[in-house]
Amino acid sequence: MIPELGHFTLVLALLVALVQGSLPMLGAARGRADWMAVARPAAFLQCAATVLAFAALTWAYVVSDFTVLNVVQNSHSAKPMLYKVTGVWGNHEGSLLLWVLILTIFGAAVAGFGRNLPPSLKARVLGVQAWVAIGFFTFMLFTSNPFERIWPAPLDGNDLNPLLQDPGLAFHPPLLYLGYVGFSIAFSFAIAALLEGRVDPAWARWVRPWTLAAWTFLTGGIALGSWWAYYELGWGGWWFWDPVENVSFMPWLLGTALLHSAIVVEKRDALKVWTILLAILTFSLSLLGTFVVRSGLLTSVHAFAVDPTRGLYILLLLVIAAGGSLALFAWRAPSLKAGGLFAPVSREGGLVLNNLLLATATATVLLGTFYPLFVEAFTGGRLSVGPPYFNATFLPIMLPLVAVMAVGPMMAWKRADLAGVLGRLKFVALAAVLAAAATWYIQEGGPVLAALAMGLAVWLFLGTLWELGERVRLFRVPAGDSWRRARGLPRAAWGMSLAHAGLAVAMAGMIGSSAWKQEEVRVVRPGDEVALGGYSFRFDGAQRIQGPNYLSDTAPLTLLRDGRELGTLYPERRFYPVQEMHTTQAAIRTNGLYDLYAVIGDPQPGGAWTLRLYLEPLVPWIWFGAAFMALGGLVSLSDRRLRVGAPRKAAKAAAQPAPAE
Amino acid sequence: MLLRLLFLFPLLIFAVGAYFFYLGLDPARDPSTIPSVLIDQPAPAFELPAITGGDQPGFSTGDLGNGEVTLVNVFASWCLPCRAEHPLFMDLAAEERVRILGINYKDEPEEALAWLEELGNPYERIGADEEGRVGIEWGISGVPETFVVDREGTIRYRHVGPIHPVELEELILPILERLQ
Repeated sequence: MIPELGHFTLVLALLVALVQGSLPMLGAARGRADWMAVARPAAFLQCAATVLAFAALTWAYVVSDFTVLNVVQNSHSAKPMLYKVTGVWGNHEGSLLLWVLILTIFGAAVAGFGRNLPPSLKARVLGVQAWVAIGFFTFMLFTSNPFERIWPAPLDGNDLNPLLQDPGLAFHPPLLYLGYVGFSIAFSFAIAALLEGRVDPAWARWVRPWTLAAWTFLTGGIALGSWWAYYELGWGGWWFWDPVENVSFMPWLLGTALLHSAIVVEKRDALKVWTILLAILTFSLSLLGTFVVRSGLLTSVHAFAVDPTRGLYILLLLVIAAGGSLALFAWRAPSLKAGGLFAPVSREGGLVLNNLLLATATATVLLGTFYPLFVEAFTGGRLSVGPPYFNATFLPIMLPLVAVMAVGPMMAWKRADLAGVLGRLKFVALAAVLAAAATWYIQEGGPVLAALAMGLAVWLFLGTLWELGERVRLFRVPAGDSWRRARGLPRAAWGMSLAHAGLAVAMAGMIGSSAWKQEEVRVVRPGDEVALGGYSFRFDGAQRIQGPNYLSDTAPLTLLRDGRELGTLYPERRFYPVQEMHTTQAAIRTNGLYDLYAVIGDPQPGGAWTLRLYLEPLVPWIWFGAAFMALGGLVSLSDRRLRVGAPRKAAKAAAQPAPAE
Repeated sequence: MLLRLLFLFPLLIFAVGAYFFYLGLDPARDPSTIPSVLIDQPAPAFELPAITGGDQPGFSTGDLGNGEVTLVNVFASWCLPCRAEHPLFMDLAAEERVRILGINYKDEPEEALAWLEELGNPYERIGADEEGRVGIEWGISGVPETFVVDREGTIRYRHVGPIHPVELEELILPILERLQ
């Protein structure tokens, strides 16, 4: 009964979305206020119906209702409750439902917070949102209904892929989807603006917080995903340039560009057409991510089940959404009025450079990800593009980006004095060169790129602090005055500094773990000791332990340094009988500066085990840095300008020239 | 006019990309659906010892075929669904409708014997596959799994997961009757 209720509310949500996608749009075209007013209650109703549908599916999982096919395929009665709940979105159908749930929640949020949006803009934004939702509702109802029944009901389910039975599943996909779907708002605003034929700073003021929120979620989602891969896959790596990782990374790169170009629209009323294009492309890449993961187009370790019918349907959706909006762009964008002018060397110029580099980087990743597909179409041969390509193409674009990142925020709007700015950064430059030289010295030669990149990370970190220091006139005025200035700084300024410094920290982590990682693989018998990086690991034999739905071989490793016992690591190898799968549970011990990482592999004859040990320098910094970046996004979101209700004041302020920060 | 063309550029690139995606969706392209390769193939060659401490003989390829239709059931004491389907095998064995052989998969001998003691033993022979190697030979994807092997030793049917009474009546018994 409850699954049917879920199915019914899903159909209801589709019908409401059809109304929301048509009547308000027509109303906006004809100036009928009553038609436009339909959008708001429709958005609420659509959201409520989707929440009910999601709740119904969650219920089916919680009570292990094995008459529902989706539950049978992805759950098991012995699975811990946490994974029963998170298992709802650990599969194709359920994750689509989560996707569309977030979409409707965002739609309702625009309807709720957007009281002071111009009525026609609001009607169109909600109309476009509804069309995106229609695409996904029909996709679910026609090809991937999560509520499909099965009879006779099997006695138990097939269990969830053991790799997904991890707390990471609780946060990673929802955060990722909040990011992907968040960009749909920017997309809807872009389409609405093209339909309206008008882009003004008030529009950017609306687009920016949504983009910022989506970016923050996506940053968190990607970072969490990479951390999850780091501790769960047991390879000691945190990024594999896998197609599925790449398709989440591309919207992030382009979304970062959008975030920055929207600043220019808001402050200087320039770059409008470009910003619209970025908004369309960013969301199109989010859709592409959804497409690739579910279509079997590219092979990946973490794709969903392959089904060409579904792939075709999503391709159709993608063609309508991206192709349609790009066609609209080609038709309407040339008539948008260009805004403020600026010299090449200026804050705007810096942000344009940022955008060009980020867009090029996105194109590089896109090309590398889909190159195998192009080659196959032409020659029929299969090949895969791996880290060497990305290291050779992506890094040379990102390093200059980091170099200009420290300079950009110190440049003035309209026209800046580059020599002056660089002069102000001379101590930072000196520190960066020293850091690069020190790195070179410590690693005794070693990779040149590591020394160069470390210098740039220091350059960015100190440059960001220096800019903040100049703003509060640190050491030039009494400390109390600096403190007052610091408190008076806009939250957006703090957010930027946090995010930029966070990137520098994450970068140091990436360099450290790629360039100076130490590794030891050995076959060990009970009593054996393995030395790595000044530590010694003593293997005391493996024990068989029974988990709720798995068997575990746990190998306690005693960690020693100079003969002193520091503690015990417990790497595990789990066997999930229902899915016939082994997983590794790495044991990680961190001191904030480096990680000791231990994995046990296959048992060998005679009570011996393969043991893999890694020493990963600076690796925790990747996630500290990412956390700082996401925190920067949140702090910036809390800026007074962007707070709920602020647009009322903002709308008035928009008429006056916006003060430069 | 030239400017207008510039605005068409993103659309054109997208169209080219979409065309390649379309090519990539060719259903014949990715043979990702692997049907059970063992159907209508002779049973794999293997030899399994008896459960240590048990009084039943082990089980090898030579025990299959020989003019008798056989059910091969893969089970383990740690597997809950096995417990659920077990009474069906007890009934089948009591009625002497078909010969049932068992593969005890990745199990501890004592636990397996205790399990059979508790629930009854419908198996004529049981091979102990402690390492799970033979399970790989048979291509099982989980436990329980049940195979129907015909008089000539050819695998005719594979059942993944526990057998439901309805499935036994409507699916497996008809196959057995046909083969016998």
